[in-house]
Amino acid sequence: MDAVVGRVGYVSLPGLFFDEMSEAGGQPRQVYQRLARWLETVPPDLLASRRRQADLLFRRIGITFAVYGDKDATERLIPFDLVPRLISRTEWARLEIGLIQRVKALNMFLADLYGAREIIKAGVVPSDLIYRNPYFRPEMVGLKVPHDVYVHIAGIDIVRIDDKDFYVLEDNARTPSGVSYMLENREVMMRLFPELFGSHRVAPVENYPDILLNSLRSVAPPTAGSDPTVVLLTPGMFNSAYYEHSFLADKLGVELVEGRDLFVDNDVVFMRTTEGPKRVDVIYRRLDDDFLDPLAFRPDSALGVPGLMNAYRAGSVTLANAVGTGVADDKATYTYMPEIIRFYLGEEAILKNVPTYRCREPEALSYVLDHLDELVVKEVNGSGGYGMLVGPHATRDQLATFAAKLKHDPANFIAQPTLALSTCPTADATGIGPRHVDLRPFVLTGAKGTRVVPGGLTRVAMKEGSLVVNSSQGGGTKDTWVVDDGEAGR
Amino acid sequence: MIRAGSEFEAPTLALVRPARKYTLLSRTGDSLFWLARYMERSDFLARTVEAAQRLAALPQAYNETGSEWDSALESSGAVEAYHAKYGTTEPDSVVDFLTFDPDNPSSIRNCLEAARTNARSVRTALTAEMWDAINGAWLELKSFEQAAPVKGEERERLSRFLEFVKQTSLHFDGAVIRTMLRDPSFWFCRLGLHMERADNTARILDVKYHVLLPDTEQVGGSLDYFQWTAILRAVSAVTAYHWVYRENIKPWLVADLLILRPEMPRSLISCYDNIVRSLDSISQAYGRQGPSQRLSHKTLAQLENSSIEAIFQSGLHEFITTFLEDNNQLGSAITEQYLV
Repeated sequence: MDAVVGRVGYVSLPGLFFDEMSEAGGQPRQVYQRLARWLETVPPDLLASRRRQADLLFRRIGITFAVYGDKDATERLIPFDLVPRLISRTEWARLEIGLIQRVKALNMFLADLYGAREIIKAGVVPSDLIYRNPYFRPEMVGLKVPHDVYVHIAGIDIVRIDDKDFYVLEDNARTPSGVSYMLENREVMMRLFPELFGSHRVAPVENYPDILLNSLRSVAPPTAGSDPTVVLLTPGMFNSAYYEHSFLADKLGVELVEGRDLFVDNDVVFMRTTEGPKRVDVIYRRLDDDFLDPLAFRPDSALGVPGLMNAYRAGSVTLANAVGTGVADDKATYTYMPEIIRFYLGEEAILKNVPTYRCREPEALSYVLDHLDELVVKEVNGSGGYGMLVGPHATRDQLATFAAKLKHDPANFIAQPTLALSTCPTADATGIGPRHVDLRPFVLTGAKGTRVVPGGLTRVAMKEGSLVVNSSQGGGTKDTWVVDDGEAGR
Repeated sequence: MIRAGSEFEAPTLALVRPARKYTLLSRTGDSLFWLARYMERSDFLARTVEAAQRLAALPQAYNETGSEWDSALESSGAVEAYHAKYGTTEPDSVVDFLTFDPDNPSSIRNCLEAARTNARSVRTALTAEMWDAINGAWLELKSFEQAAPVKGEERERLSRFLEFVKQTSLHFDGAVIRTMLRDPSFWFCRLGLHMERADNTARILDVKYHVLLPDTEQVGGSLDYFQWTAILRAVSAVTAYHWVYRENIKPWLVADLLILRPEMPRSLISCYDNIVRSLDSISQAYGRQGPSQRLSHKTLAQLENSSIEAIFQSGLHEFITTFLEDNNQLGSAITEQYLV
């Protein structure tokens, strides 16, 4: 396949991948016209100097990312790409409706699983999918959470393979991270490229913390007064997302607490302050279920708060997200999302699912084993790109090892075709080249409904040809602009 | 002119919620307190090394005792740790131990790192400017550590480093004073700074008290002159001395300056004036007093009712020893009352 050199010297890979900027003929898509023209005229030194400025800004404000298992790099910068990723307002409108639909269904699904279990009775999802799931929490059965909201904050990973549809790669309904990059990337871009903001009308994302705080306050338990106390619970400064936790607590104007700052007395949660104990009503927790309460879950967890689950069950405190949401964002459950949406909302899913083979099903398993070198195989409960196999990039040995794992516990895996993730123009050492991207918009749900801030985190595989965008695996980020449709649209 | 009862009445609609009662986690208060202490300590260490270096550079006839590096170790509380590592006192080893050595818990680099660790764990309680000062200093420290000293330029590198450390504390202090809200988190920062400063001033007095005793002065000036200026230099008070007393350096006046002069920012009395003010501000914010307020008032009153003559009469050494004990006791009381 010949590469096509566009007017901007940007070489996309038409036919192989959908490029967000260039059409097959090399002409920019309407939404990208202004950016393409700018890329054409911008001197390379300018990009290089702005990129140094960006590094300095990020380093100084302390956006670093700790990588597990990497001793020397306890604080490493996530690579940031200067070229923004554009989404037209029309495209966004469709995406937004789809996201809201999906998160509504996720919440109804969870309320049902821990309540009447209609969906299982109706035979739409198999019961062992739920009960054998390690993220299903029996402690949650029969517990009523305020306004039936389980997933207050969702991060839905979206990919494009053509200019028509958005595909959901996975749902993140536990403690999705990355929103601080969405916010900081925008701040940095506005400082570095004011001229681009002059020529594009970019929908703002800066009100995300306000919307989040309102959502969190709206789900306070009835025992809270008119001014509920919200805190953000972090595992602490050694957690890879600690920067984000402190950033968000600051923007929300709430206390950033660790487990040791909280205690439970008589089923009520308090924080230790210099003035004495203070009652806590809503906990935005960025700590996994397993670590929340050593009395209820992992007894060796020093990060949690003994007695927290009792307080939660007594209804004196709200946890966001709720306990036990992992059962809904599991990769095996994912495959049922179209049915789940249909079941609760009577609608067809607006966002498509990537075709997925459930290895738990014998036919699917044998297909997957036969086509291992073409597929991406993931653990159903894995995250962060750990423990997955990218067939086309794997060695023969890796394929054999993985096949053995797969046969040993098929229900633990799903497989998907290697997706032709779209590419976006991205700055590299020699200029601008195509790199694969995905998108994580953040969906917020409170008592008054579900909202999405126009934008999200675009993750980009910085290595040429790579399809893995996870920051723990060398992925970077881009600012994501929802802009008016193009020159005609201004 | 606006008259009462005219159309300019207070709006009946409450536009401002009653001020939110300020919440400060005990852990956050603790980190702020220690953050300020470590920043202050790094500054003191830098001045101590500078002063010792100047003294050590004098011809032997001017500095008979020649124990400058031992004193420096002593006043920075590092004697035992140093000897465990090195055995004998070698100038270069002492300098390294007090500045860049990761094995010395109170080396300058470890103070800066501890300050940043504390800061990082309470990022939300810091203003952007404070974080910038600390994080910027930490990054600068890293670049000092990475650039191995060029042979023959170690001295130059050291003085650049010490200058950088002093600048850092100015930068940080400036950020605290200029940008923090005046709520308890501010007062815990100030409290940490002044507790540490009082401790440092008292320590240097403790190590050097023997050269300050009046009977050591010789007619026509003493070789101890350089010892006295070294003390003043370690607390950045050489110029201040001359402004306050307008006469030659006399050992008892050095003691007076460092203990009893309220206008001298590093004197014990000035530190306690600030400690009392910080603790009173905290107790006002919370509407109750405790042991730390009582202890701090007591120490301040003792200092206010003292004279340097009386202190020399009952023994400078005893005075300093008692002061250090009281200061430590106050530290424990503060922790007990607020920070756990």
